[in-house]
Amino acid sequence: MLSVALTLALAMVALALALSLWRLMRGPSTPDRILALDTLYINTIALLVLFGIRQQSQIYFEAALLIALMGFIGTLALCKYLLRGDIIE
Amino acid sequence: MLLAILLTLVVGPPLVAWLARFGRLNAAWGAGAVTLAAAYALWPALQGAMAGETQLQRIAWLSAQGLDLHFRLDGLGLLFVLLILGIGLLVILYARYYLTSRDSMGRFYAYLLLFMGAMLGVVLSENLIQLLIFWELTSLASFLLISYWQGRSDARNGARMALAITGAGGLALLGGFLLLGEMAGSYELSVVLASGESIRAHPLYTPMLVLILLGVFTKSAQFPFHFWLPNAMAAPTPVSAYLHSATMVKAGVFLLARLFPALSGTPEWSWLVGGAGLVTLLVGAVVALFQHDLKGLLAYSTISHLGLITLLFGIGTPLAAVAGVFHIINHATFKASLFMAAGIIDHECGSRDMRYINGLWKYMPHTAILAIIASAAMAGVPLLNGFLSKEMFFAEAVGAATQLRLGWLLPAAVTLAGIFAVAYSLRFIHDVFWNGEPIGLDRTPHEPPRWMKVPVELLVILCLAVGIFPSYVVEPLLRVAASGVLQGPMPSFSLALWHGLSPAMWMSVIALVGGISLYIARAPLFEIYARLAERPGMYRRAHHLLERLYLWAGAVTRLSTPERLPHMALWVLLFAMTLALTGALQAGAELQGGRTLLPMDLLGVVTTLVLALAAIATVLLYRQRLVALTLLGAVGLVVSLIFVRFSAPDLALTQLSVEVVSIVLLLLALYFLPQQESRATSPWVVRDLLIALLAGIGMALLTFAVLSREGQSISGFFLEQALPGGGGANVVNVILVDFRGFDTLGEITVLALAALGIYGMLDGIKLQGPEADSDGRRWDPDLYPPVVATLSRLLLPLALLVSMFILMRGHQLPGGGFIAGLITAVALVMQYLANGVAWTQARLPRNHHWLITLGLSLATATGLGSLLFAHPFLTSTFQHLHWPLVGDFELASAMLFDLGVYLVVVGATLLILVNIGLMHRESHTPLTDAEEEV
Repeated sequence: MLSVALTLALAMVALALALSLWRLMRGPSTPDRILALDTLYINTIALLVLFGIRQQSQIYFEAALLIALMGFIGTLALCKYLLRGDIIE
Repeated sequence: MLLAILLTLVVGPPLVAWLARFGRLNAAWGAGAVTLAAAYALWPALQGAMAGETQLQRIAWLSAQGLDLHFRLDGLGLLFVLLILGIGLLVILYARYYLTSRDSMGRFYAYLLLFMGAMLGVVLSENLIQLLIFWELTSLASFLLISYWQGRSDARNGARMALAITGAGGLALLGGFLLLGEMAGSYELSVVLASGESIRAHPLYTPMLVLILLGVFTKSAQFPFHFWLPNAMAAPTPVSAYLHSATMVKAGVFLLARLFPALSGTPEWSWLVGGAGLVTLLVGAVVALFQHDLKGLLAYSTISHLGLITLLFGIGTPLAAVAGVFHIINHATFKASLFMAAGIIDHECGSRDMRYINGLWKYMPHTAILAIIASAAMAGVPLLNGFLSKEMFFAEAVGAATQLRLGWLLPAAVTLAGIFAVAYSLRFIHDVFWNGEPIGLDRTPHEPPRWMKVPVELLVILCLAVGIFPSYVVEPLLRVAASGVLQGPMPSFSLALWHGLSPAMWMSVIALVGGISLYIARAPLFEIYARLAERPGMYRRAHHLLERLYLWAGAVTRLSTPERLPHMALWVLLFAMTLALTGALQAGAELQGGRTLLPMDLLGVVTTLVLALAAIATVLLYRQRLVALTLLGAVGLVVSLIFVRFSAPDLALTQLSVEVVSIVLLLLALYFLPQQESRATSPWVVRDLLIALLAGIGMALLTFAVLSREGQSISGFFLEQALPGGGGANVVNVILVDFRGFDTLGEITVLALAALGIYGMLDGIKLQGPEADSDGRRWDPDLYPPVVATLSRLLLPLALLVSMFILMRGHQLPGGGFIAGLITAVALVMQYLANGVAWTQARLPRNHHWLITLGLSLATATGLGSLLFAHPFLTSTFQHLHWPLVGDFELASAMLFDLGVYLVVVGATLLILVNIGLMHRESHTPLTDAEEEV
């Protein structure tokens, strides 16, 4: 049962990944793209966690944790740039 | 012997530079003390050498490669050590009075000690390669000393020329030494000196000899490489007295003497060495007479005397070698004192031009007497040391003449040089101390301070003592030194003032009488020379050649690294592709290496597609820079996913952290750059696209070929040894902090230097940023949106916790100091982003240098710690512990090292990012004021 759910979930996350990428490439505005990148981060976290469950390995979780942390800061920096241009002021 | 070299070369320079902070004269005292300490350290060895022993000292270093620190002290070394330390001490005393309060004493004495140590290394080396390293160090130290007055262009040019010529010679010498070492089968001097027969019979003898002689002739300013020496006279006079008369230029003839038993005795040796010596002797003597500059005269005279010594070694008989050694001693004493006297005159008159300084006898009789005696020694007047060695030289010239066709030419030429030597010595005496009154000097000359004359007095007393009582004063030393040169039985000789009416005696008489008459009839000669001198000389020509060489090198550099990035990439790609293609075609191997491929799954396909599409989109949208940056973020993310998938969690974590740091860095830079790439399309776009495609396909094929075959790699060893050898289960980390810890230490040092370099470059830079974004919207007035500020403050402790976690467990599981450092740095940078510089700097130290210092010290101290337990540098140890609550735990000393890495990475990243961010303080005037108040 779990394996079916995992496979389905993985397929859906993969689809979300592809869609996020589409938004990232299409835009049209820069905020769209930044949001798309942020969604891509979240999709990746989901992907890693699901994959970790399926492989029964904990190593994937740390990568997911780091993406969660680093992705936020990356998005923050990009947004700050949009707002002010100067990110450290 | 090692101790003496270390004292002068390593300990001394920083010590005196530091001492100079507490008063400039301390530097002189310090330099003197270091010299005396070196002499004291060498004293027992020197006594042994005086008794005729050859002493060796070996310090094992890379014994497997035949590289050890190997020192040797025999008679020849003894003589040179005495010259270097003795005259060095006098020069230190002299320079203390010579340098004015505007000159930095610390820098001068630091350079001088550096040179002294390098020179000691040259004369005390047993290993040829080691000798060469010290040889090059003397060139470098000489460069620093000649260009001591950096503000003067003649000093800079002279130093550059000296370095170019002696450096080129050093390169040739390296080639010669390599050949010589291969011929003898060893780079140890003892072996080389003992295998003279086989070396001389070797087919490569001539090329080897030519290469070594190139090194010797450039260093000892032999024709046609002599021209650097007169221009090195832009150096302060103590430097000229020390380097360019007594020691450094003697390094060349030292090498001739050192290798005399191994290389001499062939026609090639006689013609090359003797020929160069003879021409140099004549040219130097003739040109010296016509110099108007006091130091110029002495420089050409030095060239001439070096030619004389070279000629003696070229003649090749044992007695000639003895005479050569004798003249090395004599020339060092009288020429050093003459340079010092010239320095005093320069000091007191403000000029060195002999056309203006005349009649100084009235003003400084004491100095005059000293200079006159030294000059007379230079001319070869009886009762002075110069006379004795010169007469031995004349006798040898007559002896050699009997074995040559047209042999009478040799004594004739030598006598002619003797005539000119007398004439220029006479000019130094008469033109300076009599010949009317000084012309147009800005001061009235008077005697210098008492102690400035003491070094000159001591040297002049030596000239007299050697000249009058040679057998008591100098003969024991000469015998020991000459036996060091010959490495065999000594010829019989006697140092006496009167050898009867020999031909040499008559030649001396002719030289004296001829020289005096030549000087009296000098006026027409000077006119002829002035006309000749208008033609460009060697120095000018070499200078132009050097300038053109620089231009040419610049052109070549621009060709390979042009300002435009695409050109650079083009060259690199084309070159790499050509190499790879040639290799692949020649190898003729299968593309598929035979390994069974892994099955394809949906996830793999999707991630790969995302990666490929994001990369292509980056290329298509590169003109909008911010968009390209966002897409690059996606590329980096997927790359780290692939690292996770293929079991490289360390790499994935590193990639993720580096990714964010890069985004921040690029955003910081992007603020000052045009937001859009220009619309113009390069006419070469098709060509560039093709090359890029080819390179990409090539890379993909190469990767496939490598990954699809079973390779023999060294990873097996590391996997096995990590836990038992390094106490860690994470191989990557154990390699970084333990197995290759020394590499890592080097890398964090480079990182620290880069951070400090960037800090230095950005210091004081204020840039004006744009007022609005690329679409013309003005910036948002809300500097720090409260939501972001609050969130980031909440996130900080969590992020620090994660980084601590990653740091602590790095030795066992994925993680480590580098990743943890990046996470901490990014978490702190986030505070600058969200809360502003003022807020953050009020809570965190403004300055990040101390973090870098602390980290580097910690890493180094961990390495040094193992020395305390008599293990090599950076040996790691670990302990298995049981901690309550935590459980079993391996505690390795390498973890301390990792903590050092962590601190350096945090410090360097923060230093770089924050200082780039602060570059445009001025565009935020209201904030800047507030921040300054904080």
